[in-house]
Amino acid sequence: MVRTHGVEPAVLHPQKHWWGWWTRVAVQVGLAAAALSRRLGLGTGSIIGGRVTLALDHRALQRLAAGRRVVLVSGTNGKTTTSHLIAAAVRTAGSLAHNAGGSNMSDGVVAALADAPDADYAVIEVDELHLAAIAEAVDPMAVVLLNLTRDQLDRATEVGAIAAAIRHALAQHPHTVVVANADDPMVVSAVGAAPRTVWVAAGASWLGDVATCPRCGHILTFTDSDVTIGLAGGGRGEQEWKCACGLARPIPDWWIEDGKACTVDTLLPLEIQLPGQINMGNGVMALAGACAVGVPAEQAAPALRQVEVVAGRYATVHRGAQNLRMLLAKNPAGWAGMLSILSEPTPLLVIINAREADGRDTSWLWDVPFEQLSSRPVVASGERAADLGVRLSYAGLEHQTVSDPLAALAALPEGAVDVVANYTAFRYFRHRLSQERQARG
Amino acid sequence: MSAESTVTIGLLLPDVLGTYSDAGNATILARRLRWRGISAEILTITARDVPATTCAIYVLGGGEDAAQQFAAEWLRRHDMLHRALKNSAVTLAVCAGLQILGRSLSDASGHHYPGLGLLDLTTAPGRQRAVGEVLSTCAVSGVGSLTGFENHRGVTTLGAGTAPLGRVVTGTGNGTSDGTGHRTEGVLTDRVVGTYLHGPVLARNPALADHILHQVTGQSLPPIDLPDQAALRRTYLHNRT
Repeated sequence: MVRTHGVEPAVLHPQKHWWGWWTRVAVQVGLAAAALSRRLGLGTGSIIGGRVTLALDHRALQRLAAGRRVVLVSGTNGKTTTSHLIAAAVRTAGSLAHNAGGSNMSDGVVAALADAPDADYAVIEVDELHLAAIAEAVDPMAVVLLNLTRDQLDRATEVGAIAAAIRHALAQHPHTVVVANADDPMVVSAVGAAPRTVWVAAGASWLGDVATCPRCGHILTFTDSDVTIGLAGGGRGEQEWKCACGLARPIPDWWIEDGKACTVDTLLPLEIQLPGQINMGNGVMALAGACAVGVPAEQAAPALRQVEVVAGRYATVHRGAQNLRMLLAKNPAGWAGMLSILSEPTPLLVIINAREADGRDTSWLWDVPFEQLSSRPVVASGERAADLGVRLSYAGLEHQTVSDPLAALAALPEGAVDVVANYTAFRYFRHRLSQERQARG
Repeated sequence: MSAESTVTIGLLLPDVLGTYSDAGNATILARRLRWRGISAEILTITARDVPATTCAIYVLGGGEDAAQQFAAEWLRRHDMLHRALKNSAVTLAVCAGLQILGRSLSDASGHHYPGLGLLDLTTAPGRQRAVGEVLSTCAVSGVGSLTGFENHRGVTTLGAGTAPLGRVVTGTGNGTSDGTGHRTEGVLTDRVVGTYLHGPVLARNPALADHILHQVTGQSLPPIDLPDQAALRRTYLHNRT
């Protein structure tokens, strides 16, 4: 049986950071392109820099990753948060490359590795659709797989197909330690028969996509009969699930009990500063992930406390007489975790876009139980404010609809305001706030 | 129907056919009845339940291949429900839900299996997935344009005597044409409204919801002025993204 964090880290590739002259040229040109993009005010430059490097050296990803202890973090929700938690833990052991801004496709990964050429470790968030390709290139020491639910159906087709691609990729890397969420049947199906797996009971905030077995299509049996929506997380022995075909919840190596991260021989305080049960789950996944690249759990656990803001999320922004708590939720599973974080009667601004990165189809709003958000002022905003507004009306929620998010704030009272936005809406809202600050000098 | 009676809406297999958020259609039907002072309830019927057979309306949604096949088997197994869908209830069937009410289906892997046979139509996989906005002209008088988001690979061929729900203006729909060369979307009988449109379809097209409710209640229903509804329709009828 695989023993918790006692899975032996894989052996390091001996010739470290020997890239060859062409890769070095490609990296330098990419870094220059990124610097130029930043100077022109076009963004962080990580995408363009990575693209330039990859265009010059299509094996740049393999070469830049070679010889490092790489951990890939993937899944539908919690990638950015968990990678920040792992980065905090790994930083106690050595220098690291990290795509902290969340650029999680090949170009962003190349840019992060090129930015820290001497780093021993790499903590890399990876888009779940690109996990197979990136794992193939970097041959990671560990892969952390958080959850697989519905997100951007128009882009991703169906979640079962993603699980199948991941299963195939992991099978090609038998030495990689797979740290996987035992509470998510789709993840368990995706892990397949990977030989070095560390199972974590990290909880599943939403099981809307897995009432039927991801492997055979028959109905799954859960020990608790009412888990379709709601927190299904927690303890080692709770929330068992199984299917007649044999797919079943594995026995977890890590679990949470009374705010502590546990294994059969470890009990460590899990002091996560980020709100909600969902982030306790991300925390225990991060701890197991850090262990898988050789950071001792006792050393990793206290470091998790340092993470308070993740790429602008969970930050509090003061604007006039309002204090905005910045939150991101982009699909039904993300919202299921979010609903427990939002505290009544704090006024709420919800901003929804439907650009390519968000998914063009707004149907998913109907799988969010907005009915639970009564008894607080709510404003619907964003490019799809009308879609959201109609949804809120049918949820019986009184609200106002103001599509410009800054104008929408004026419709809410002074004091604390929770702002929940989906992906491009969040980015755009932060951008507007920072523009406004700059204009005021 | 009497004023005191409750309209029961059976939300069929949301646990199996819940991938595309079509369960919202049941919420919309129930709310639109209650807003008019008519009592309504949603009965959620999962694959573990013995299905109620007395609902006035049944709502079916879209799902993935394996789930769809399971749902087709489940429906075929429950004779009494089958009879209710055929003889007494009005059904809104979306995407995979529409396909399994037909005579037969085949999935992407070439597996061929029977549907419920309630509708004279067959579905086979197309060459590529149809993903994006759809605009159609609805065959139900007074409903006008239908807007929705399609995401499917099925190509549905209607039997000779079977009418579509609408004619495609933009998008794919059924992927087949009628005798006059018009591209068709969905299916319409006196008991079934079938469509490929998500959104959910009734959120974007309240007139279609009221068509179903009128069929069930026999009452003429006063219009509802819902905030944001006009803006939502403007978004999709004019910017055909």
